[in-house]
Amino acid sequence: MLFTIAFRNILRNKRRSLMTLLAIAVGGIALVLFGEFVAFVKVGLETNAVQNVGHLTVYRTGYFDYGAGNPAAFGIGNYEQVARAIAADPEIEPTLNLVTPTVSLTGIAGNFDIDASKTFLGTGYVPSDRDRMLRWDEHGVSRHRVFGDSGLSDGDETRGVVGVGLARVLGLCEKLKIADCPPRPSLTSATATTSAPADLPSLAAEGDATSDLHGDAPRLDLLAATASGAPNVMSLYVSHAEPQGARELDENVVVMNFSLAQKLLYGRGERKAVGLVLQLHHTADIEPVRARLTQLFKDHNWDLEVRDFAEREPFYRQAVGMFNAIFLFISLIMGVIVLFTVVNTMGMSVVERTNEIGTSRAMGVRRGGIRQLFVAEGAMLGALGATAGVLAGQALATLFNRMGATWTPPGQAAPRPLEVLTSDVHGLLLGAWIGLVVMATVAAVVPANRAAQLKVVDALRHI
Amino acid sequence: MMAATSRTPEDDRSGPAVRFRDVGKVYDDDGLRVTAIKSVSFDIPRRRFAMIVGPSGSGKTTLLNLIGCIDTPTSGRLEVCGQDIAALTDQALTDFRSQNIAFVFQNFNLLPVLTAYENVDYPLLLLGVPARERRERTMAMLESVGLADKRDHRPNQLSGGQKQRVAIARALVKRPAVVLADEPTANLDSRTGAEVILLMRKIQEDTAASFVFSTHDPQLISHADETFVIRDGELAEHRIERAA
Repeated sequence: MLFTIAFRNILRNKRRSLMTLLAIAVGGIALVLFGEFVAFVKVGLETNAVQNVGHLTVYRTGYFDYGAGNPAAFGIGNYEQVARAIAADPEIEPTLNLVTPTVSLTGIAGNFDIDASKTFLGTGYVPSDRDRMLRWDEHGVSRHRVFGDSGLSDGDETRGVVGVGLARVLGLCEKLKIADCPPRPSLTSATATTSAPADLPSLAAEGDATSDLHGDAPRLDLLAATASGAPNVMSLYVSHAEPQGARELDENVVVMNFSLAQKLLYGRGERKAVGLVLQLHHTADIEPVRARLTQLFKDHNWDLEVRDFAEREPFYRQAVGMFNAIFLFISLIMGVIVLFTVVNTMGMSVVERTNEIGTSRAMGVRRGGIRQLFVAEGAMLGALGATAGVLAGQALATLFNRMGATWTPPGQAAPRPLEVLTSDVHGLLLGAWIGLVVMATVAAVVPANRAAQLKVVDALRHI
Repeated sequence: MMAATSRTPEDDRSGPAVRFRDVGKVYDDDGLRVTAIKSVSFDIPRRRFAMIVGPSGSGKTTLLNLIGCIDTPTSGRLEVCGQDIAALTDQALTDFRSQNIAFVFQNFNLLPVLTAYENVDYPLLLLGVPARERRERTMAMLESVGLADKRDHRPNQLSGGQKQRVAIARALVKRPAVVLADEPTANLDSRTGAEVILLMRKIQEDTAASFVFSTHDPQLISHADETFVIRDGELAEHRIERAA
């Protein structure tokens, strides 16, 4: 009976109830749409990170904090054995998309045809593994992406890819057909004569016996220090330039074949890997796999540690944190709007129904019964408005996704489809629904208390 | 809903329905003390058609509110069905009202969102009466007031006389010891008023409930068993119109 009375009371002043429901529903739509947008950004960032650095990376202990100063010294000598053990582990194997070795290094890249050189951050991948990694798309956010030539080849270790900024700095715009490259200024005699050590071009020429295999691909000479400290130079034929999200990366990135990177970093010494990248089928498997890896390394007495993609890519955490904060802020605003709307509606309802409250109390309804009635009305308004809002939000989200809008997400270089995530957002939808119902219910408590505290005699006298 | 555990009128059949002993009521209206009832002492016997009459502002409604336990005296002792109402907490007083007292209001005061049937059923629901018994008693009550065919009508679909009949059915369905009626015929035309009076009289005789009216209506006053005349907050006269 309580809910019957509450529901019928909601229908009494249809216009006012409709306005209240509308306010709650708009709150619901805003929460659902923005929440789904934030969810899309998060999975987009996650997908980008996982495509580039995998879910987990195995390093020699200490590399993550200290290894950048001497990557050669922190290499994993038995990386093939470790990779085989990981791939064969019965707990990890079902979750694993691939495990692949990488080498990270720094050095100087030079284009001595124009006497230009630049420090670079290099990463060596097994090309076919990198291609598989780039196709990872658990959440379906890359379904529109067209995969062309990745620029690396298992059969040609000298092919590589550089950032657009690095290509520009090293004068490769014309050969790589990079659009929007500003014209290169003419060099003064002073800079021209001091641009590169005279022995490097000859060193590079000594190490290169494949220049006739690459046609018009521009060549860069990469100089790095080996584990023993000796300089080492290798030639890289640039397939193309890829834009990076940040200028610092754009002017420094060099992606090369794993074996070329090994040669650069280790020279004639023992070939190692700096890291073993694990890409899983599902991000949710990170923690169990991490725990299993830790146990595996302990069992084999391997001095290795595991880092996840969020640790490797701090930008991911920062961006997710920022979007979470914005979502929380918007949720609070919506909550306050719902709160005041329901307080106002219920407050007016109490005034209008004062005589009825008096009658009910005279008949024997306890104060608690009056309180429950108004709280139930608030909860019903919340439930109806939230249901309408969540459904309308989902419908609008589906329509929006069909519009085909594009944008350039933070940390990305190229435009991507701008969508909101409408699948796997049950938690968001349920959370928004519950949040709105709770706010509407809480908002009804104050007017409900006021109604419950009315004196019966005064309430009956009210006209 | 509540369990029917507090004292019922059946527990104390010997005493009067209502007993006033030096009862006074003073209202504090923003620091201004208004004496509504001076010190009154009288009994209203059980199973009677009692009228409280007097000019406007004499204190009739205040007396009715006190008997109905929706107001409390500022002095003296008031017993309703043998229960000292000053001894009850707000919640106990509410439960006591639910079990023993019923109201018939001048403006009918039916709950507008409930049908005639639901309005009559509601007091039984508050008492925790089982569903089947509720159904039987509610329908019997609607039949006794001649509105069984209007059971699904909302108050706004009923005439004034029909509304008051539903209000009477609602008041009596729980078999209260005391029925309080504040100007029950004031909003009815004289013919409908007469019908309602006869209906209440019949039900009072059938159920042996004590009816206490506050009224100016000579038509209603002519049916009184006992009349209590109130003037300036005091009992000016007590007449026994019909012997018990």
